[in-house]
Amino acid sequence: MSVKLNYACEGGNFDVAGEASAKIKKTLQRIGIPADVVRRIAIGTYEAEMNVIIHAGGGNVCAEVFPDKTIITVSDEGPGIPDIKQALQEGWSTAPDYVRQMGFGAGMGLPNMVKCSDDIDIQSTVGKGTNIVMTFKHKSEDL
Amino acid sequence: MLLQDIVRLLDADVLCGQDLLDRKIETCCGSDMMSDVLAFCKCNSLLCTGLTNIQVVRTADMTELSAIVFVRGKIPSDIIVAEATENNLPMLATEHTLFEACGILYQAGLKGCKRGEK
Ligand SMILES: Nc1ncnc2c1ncn2[C@@H]1O[C@H](COP(=O)(O)OP(=O)(O)O)[C@@H](O)[C@H]1O
Ligand SMILES: [Mg+2]
Repeated sequence: MSVKLNYACEGGNFDVAGEASAKIKKTLQRIGIPADVVRRIAIGTYEAEMNVIIHAGGGNVCAEVFPDKTIITVSDEGPGIPDIKQALQEGWSTAPDYVRQMGFGAGMGLPNMVKCSDDIDIQSTVGKGTNIVMTFKHKSEDL
Repeated sequence: MLLQDIVRLLDADVLCGQDLLDRKIETCCGSDMMSDVLAFCKCNSLLCTGLTNIQVVRTADMTELSAIVFVRGKIPSDIIVAEATENNLPMLATEHTLFEACGILYQAGLKGCKRGEK
């Protein structure tokens, strides 16, 4: 059995950017997922959500909550990532200046998604889009 | 240190969360880059920032920050203060610069969020 949530994110709409992640976070808290796990999921999902809004002209954020793990899938039909290895480096960013003025575009998003999740799979095709699947185990680190 | 001590040290205005000033704050982060906050801030930290957009509230929600201090006399819009109120996120505003605000708090014993620590 699992709980499934799906949210569409509008590209370039920074007023609502992060709402999908906030809603997913609230649901995970209500289900009773350990607080430190919820925090990791929230941070990883928020960075991925910001990426589709900033870099891909919008996309989808989906959360599937199982008893032992949560799987976050963030997909878009944007320009794709030409060199994933380069994109994963801390500090690498193609974000324009107006994004940096909003507090993003430090090139820390993808590295932090790697850090927060227990497993990450990044599939991207130039001209077609990007699909990122993050798996978070519900085992609390505090235990 | 308590949030009310921070209000006094920074001679700050309380924009919202007046009833939450007994919150205990142990660590602080000073940044205008929300990605850095998301990467390095510990939960229950204070954030000093010059950024006043809605992403500050969202970042605080995801990172579980205890309060925000806006520096250099910056004040967020009413919508943003309302959203913070809803999230039980106290917001303060000080005339001090980011460097000064962080320096005052560091001198008073507040610790930083070290890289690599969760
Ligand atoms: N969904 C996406 N679609 C296209 N490009 C992306 C996407 N996500 C990330 N990227 C690319 O990878 C780079 C690094 O991403 P990230 O680490 O999140 O840093 P930032 O978003 O701050 O630039 C981005 O600048 C962008 O070039
Ligand atoms: Mg990013």
